[in-house]
Amino acid sequence: MKERLIELQNDALKQIQESNDLKQLNEIRVSYLGKKGPITEVLKGMGSLPAEERPLIGAVANEVRAEIQNSLEEKIQKLEEAKVAEQLANETIDVTLPGSQVPSGNRHPLSLIVEEIEDLFIGMGYEIAEGPEVEQDYYNFEALNLPKGHPARDMQDSFYITDEVLLRTHTSPVQARTMEANKDKGPIRIICPGKVYRRDDDDATHSHQFTQIEGLVIDENIKLSDLKGTLQLFAKKLFGEDREIRLRPSFFPFTEPSVEMDISCMMCGGSGCGTCKGTGWIEILGAGMVHPNVLEMAGYDSKKYRGFAFGMGPERIAMLKYGVDDIRHFYTNDLRFLKQFKRANR
Amino acid sequence: MLVSYKWLEKYVDLDGISPYDLAEKITRSGIEVESVNVLNKDIKNVVVGHVLLREQHPEADKLSRCQVDVGEENPVQIICGARNVATGQKVVVAKVGAVLPGNFKIKKAKLRGEVSEGMICSLEELGIESRVIAKEFSEGIFVLPSDAPVGTDAMEYLEFADAVLELGLTPNRSDCLSMFGVAYEVAAILGKKVRLPNSTIVHGLDNTNDLISVEVETKKENPLYIAKMVRNVKVKRSPLWLESRLMKAGIRPLNNIVDITNYILLEYGQPLHAFDYSKLDNKKIVVRYATKGEKLTTLDGIERSLKTTDLVITDGDQPIALAGVMGGANTEVDNSTVDVLLESAIFDRLTVRMTSKETGLRSESSARFEKGLDYKRTKDAVLEAAFMMQEYAEGEVSEGLVIVNNVTNTQEDIITTSTDRVNNILGTNIKTEEIRDILDRLGFDYVLQDDINFAITIPTRRGDITIEVDIVEEIGRIYGYDAIPATLPTGKTLTGRLTEKQKLRRLTKDVLERTGLSEAITYSLTSQDKVKLFNLYETELSPVRLAMPMSEERSTLRLSLLPHLLDVALYNRNRKEENISIYEIGSVYLPNPSSVQPTEILHLSGLLSGLYTDNSWKGEKKKVDFFVMKGILENLFAELCVNNVISYKATNIEGLHPGRTAGIYANETLIGFMGQLHPDVEKTYNGKETYVFEISFSELTSLNFEQNKYSVIPRFPAMARDIALVVDKKVSHSDLITVIENIGKPLLKDVKLFDIYEGDKLPEGKKSMAYSLVYMDPERTLTDEEVVKVHTKVLSALESELGAVLRA
Repeated sequence: MKERLIELQNDALKQIQESNDLKQLNEIRVSYLGKKGPITEVLKGMGSLPAEERPLIGAVANEVRAEIQNSLEEKIQKLEEAKVAEQLANETIDVTLPGSQVPSGNRHPLSLIVEEIEDLFIGMGYEIAEGPEVEQDYYNFEALNLPKGHPARDMQDSFYITDEVLLRTHTSPVQARTMEANKDKGPIRIICPGKVYRRDDDDATHSHQFTQIEGLVIDENIKLSDLKGTLQLFAKKLFGEDREIRLRPSFFPFTEPSVEMDISCMMCGGSGCGTCKGTGWIEILGAGMVHPNVLEMAGYDSKKYRGFAFGMGPERIAMLKYGVDDIRHFYTNDLRFLKQFKRANR
Repeated sequence: MLVSYKWLEKYVDLDGISPYDLAEKITRSGIEVESVNVLNKDIKNVVVGHVLLREQHPEADKLSRCQVDVGEENPVQIICGARNVATGQKVVVAKVGAVLPGNFKIKKAKLRGEVSEGMICSLEELGIESRVIAKEFSEGIFVLPSDAPVGTDAMEYLEFADAVLELGLTPNRSDCLSMFGVAYEVAAILGKKVRLPNSTIVHGLDNTNDLISVEVETKKENPLYIAKMVRNVKVKRSPLWLESRLMKAGIRPLNNIVDITNYILLEYGQPLHAFDYSKLDNKKIVVRYATKGEKLTTLDGIERSLKTTDLVITDGDQPIALAGVMGGANTEVDNSTVDVLLESAIFDRLTVRMTSKETGLRSESSARFEKGLDYKRTKDAVLEAAFMMQEYAEGEVSEGLVIVNNVTNTQEDIITTSTDRVNNILGTNIKTEEIRDILDRLGFDYVLQDDINFAITIPTRRGDITIEVDIVEEIGRIYGYDAIPATLPTGKTLTGRLTEKQKLRRLTKDVLERTGLSEAITYSLTSQDKVKLFNLYETELSPVRLAMPMSEERSTLRLSLLPHLLDVALYNRNRKEENISIYEIGSVYLPNPSSVQPTEILHLSGLLSGLYTDNSWKGEKKKVDFFVMKGILENLFAELCVNNVISYKATNIEGLHPGRTAGIYANETLIGFMGQLHPDVEKTYNGKETYVFEISFSELTSLNFEQNKYSVIPRFPAMARDIALVVDKKVSHSDLITVIENIGKPLLKDVKLFDIYEGDKLPEGKKSMAYSLVYMDPERTLTDEEVVKVHTKVLSALESELGAVLRA
C-alpha cells in the first residue's frame, strides 16, 4: 500500500513538473487530492490493513498529500511569476523616445538682461521708475543741463514730433522727473529701464530703437567712490566675480565728474582679443556724479545733496554676454533666435 | 583731432614715451585715443632718389624709362607709369627689397622688355589718404624739394617716420582742438612743462591801420575782430615739413598762404582767414548779418543764397565770407596774390553752428567756432601767421593790428575749493601737497590759504571749467581714478521692490511663456498705413507722426502692437517656421488733445498660428484654434485674479473673421479683443488660421483683483446632475450658464459644459448642450429632495427664459 502511495506521489510530481498551465495544474490537484482521487481510493482500502500498520500508512498518505500540495503551489507561483514577467516584457517601451511636448515660450533676451539688472539693484534698495517714451524737450535735454544749442545735443540726434516734444533719446528724463516729483527732496535710489530712440540707420551695430537702463542715487554725502563701489559690485554680479573694472574720465552734460566704465574682457580675461580689440578692456557704461545744475533744476539743494547716475545699454550687454553679432536680431524676432535664451543661465 | 607725435614733441618733452604709451596715458586721463597710426610701420627701404634721365619707354607709350640715383654706386633703371615724372626731379624711391603698406614687396622686374629695379612712389603708395595729398600730386608721383639728400630714408625726410594719434574729443574738451591745448593736456598728464614757440617779426614800413578799416555791426555775435596785413608775398608751395604736418592732421596742402592759416588753426585752435587785399574794393571790412536776397559764392564754387541769420564779412558792399564757415571766391588768395589781409576773429558759437548746419558746410573752422575759442589766442595767432608768411612766403609784415574788441567778460574765473571738499566729493584722501602738484601740472594758478583752501584761476583756454566740481574732476582725473577706493553709499536704507503693476507685468510674462508664447519686442514706429489697423480706440485725432521721419516705414507712433506681430509671423513663415506663438507687452501712443504728449497705454498682444503642440510620433498634433487662444487668456486672467469680472461678447473688428471675434470686457468696459484673422488678411501674411489678441494691459492691471482668501475645504459630499439641453443655435453658452448660475445659487457649486451636438438627430436650427451641475452645502450633507428641488427650478428657468428642453 505504501508502495502504491509512493507511486502515486511520483506520478503526480512528474505531471506537475511537466505541466506549464494553471488550468492543467488545477486538474492535477483535483485528480490527485480530490475526494474521488486515487489517494482517497487507496486510503479506503486501509480497512484491510492490520491495526498497527494503519497509523503508519496514514502518516505516509499525509506526507504524500503535503508533498503534492507543496509542489503544486510552488509550480503555480512560478507560472504566475513567469506570466507577470512576460506581461511586463511585452510592455517594454523605448525610453529614449522623445518626451511629449509641453507648450512653453521664452522670455526675450533683452527682458532677461533688464530683469536681472533690476533684481540686482532691487536687492540694493533701488526702486524701478518708469516714464514716458514721448518726452518733452525740457525733461529730455534742458533739465539735464543740455540747453538748446548745446553742442552735446549733436551726440544724440533725435526724432522730434514738434519743437518741444520728441521721442526720448535716453532714459535720463525719468531721473529728472523722479527728482522733480520727489516732494520732500530726500534720498532717491532708482533704476529706470526703457525704450529710447535715436536718428540712426539700422545696421549691425545701430538701431533707431534700443533699450537703456539708468540708475540714480541721491543722498547727502554721496561720493565718486560710492559710484565706483556700486559699479564694481554690479559688474561682478552681472559678468562674473573675476571681472575687474576701471573708470576713465569722460564727459556727459548731466554729470560732473563723468566717467566711463570698462570691465576686463570676459573673453580673454584681459590679455587682449578680438572682442576687446586687443586692449583687454570692454566699455560697458557711462556714469558720473549728478551735475549740480541738474539737482538745482529739479529743486534739490546741491550744497546739501549729491548723487551719482549711470546708464547702460542692455543690447550691448546681451551682445557681449551671449555673443550676439547683430543688434537687429533683437527686433526681428526670428523664433530661432528667441528660443535660444533661457532664464536659468541668463 | 589728429595729433602728430613728432609735432607734439616740439612743445612737450616726450622722451622715453612711445606713441602707444602716450595714447594709453591720454585715454586713462579722460580723452579717448581712438587709434594710433604709425605711418612707417609697414614701410621699409624707401629712399630719396634723383631722376637723372627720363626717357620714353621704347615699347610702351604710357611708361617712362628712368635712370635714378638712389645714393648707390650706380644709378638704377626704373620703369615708371606716372605721367608727371621728369628729368631732374627728386622723388621717393622704393628700392628692390622694399616693402610698402599692404605687404607690397618691390622686386626686380621686367616691364615690356625693360628691366625695372624699384618703384617711384606716390604718397598714396606710402599709405597717405588721397584726399589730403596736394592736388598736383594726387594723380602721380610726389616730387620732393630739389635739395632733398639723395639716398637718405625718404620716410624720415618726409617726416612720415611718425605716429598720428586720433583723439575722440567730447564736446567739453574743445581746448584740445589745438596742438597747444593737447600740449597742455599731455604736459599735465606727464608732469612736464609746455614749450611754446617764440617768434620775432621784422616789420615793414607801412601800418595795417592805414590800409584797412574794420566795422563790426554785430558786436554780440562778433566780439573780437583782428586784421593784419602782409604785403608782397610769393604764393608757392609750403616747405615740406609744413605740408607734412598738415597732411598728418588730415588737411590737404594748397599753397603757402592758405597752408599757414590752416597750420595756425591747428596750432592755436584759432581759425584764420586770408583775403586777397587787391580784391577788396573798398579797403574796408564790415561784419553784419546778411540781408534778404544776398548771395555769396563760397570757396567751393557754390553760389549760396544767404539767410538773414547768417553772419557775413563784407567789403562794405558785397559779402566776401560766411563768417567762421567759409570764405568767398571773390576775395580768394591765388597764385597772383601779392597782398594778404589776415582775419583772426571770434564769432558766436550758435550763429556759426546754425549757418554751418543749414548750409551743410562743416569746416575745420566752423567746428572750432561752434565749440568756443580762447580770445587770448586771437592776437597771438595772427601774429604767428604773419611771422610765418614773412619766413615762408617772403612777405613784408605791416606794422600794427586793427582790433575791434567787444569782449565783455575778460576776467578769468576764480574757483574756490578745499582739500576737504575735493576728498569729500571723490571719496579720496588726497593731501594738499598733491593737489598743489596737480594744479601746477595743469598750469592753473592758485592761492592757498590755511594750507587747505584753494582759490584757483582758470586759464581762458579751459572754458569748460566753470564750477567747483569741474575743478574737482580735473584734480581727480590727474590723480587717477584707479586710486579712488570702491565704497558703497551709506545713509538711509530704502526699500527696493517692484510696484504692483511691475509685478503683474512679470507675472503675465511668466504665465504666457509657460502656456507656450515667446516674448517679442517690435518697433514703436510704424507706417501711416499700418497704424490704421486693429485699433482698440475710436478717435478722430490723427496718429502721432514724426516731424522728420527717416522713412515712411518708421514715421508714425503705433496704436496697436498687432501689425508688427503680423510682420514677425510673416518673417518666420518666410523662413519655414509655421508654428508661431508670440506675445508682446509694449506701449501704444494715443493722441491726446489736452496734452503736448500723447497718452501712452501699455498693451498686451499675441499671435498664434500653426500647431500649438506637436507630438506627431504619438499621433498627437494640436492645432491652434480660437479656444486654444481663449484658454491661454482665461488662464492668464485667472492667474491675475480678474476672471470674475471678465466677459466675452461676439463682435466685429476690421481685419478679423466676422464670426470668430470676441470683445473682451471688464465690468462691461471693452478692454480688448481676440479673434481669427480674416482669411483675406491671412493671405497677405502668407498664413492660414492665425489667431490674435490685443488687450489694454494698463486697464487689465488696473482692475481690482480678488484677494487670496481661505475657504473651508468641503467635508460633505457633492451631488452631480448631468443635463443635455436642446436649444436654438443662437442661444449662447454664456446665456445658458448665466441662467444656471443665477437660479442654482447658492447650492450650485460648479457647472461644466461637457458636450455639444449639432446634427441630423436634432431638428433644424437646434443644438444640444450638455452640462454637469454640481450641488453642495458646506455645512451638511444634501438630501436628494433638496437637490431635486433646486435642479427642477433651474430646468424650468432654462425652459421659460431660453426655450431649453431636456434632450430625451
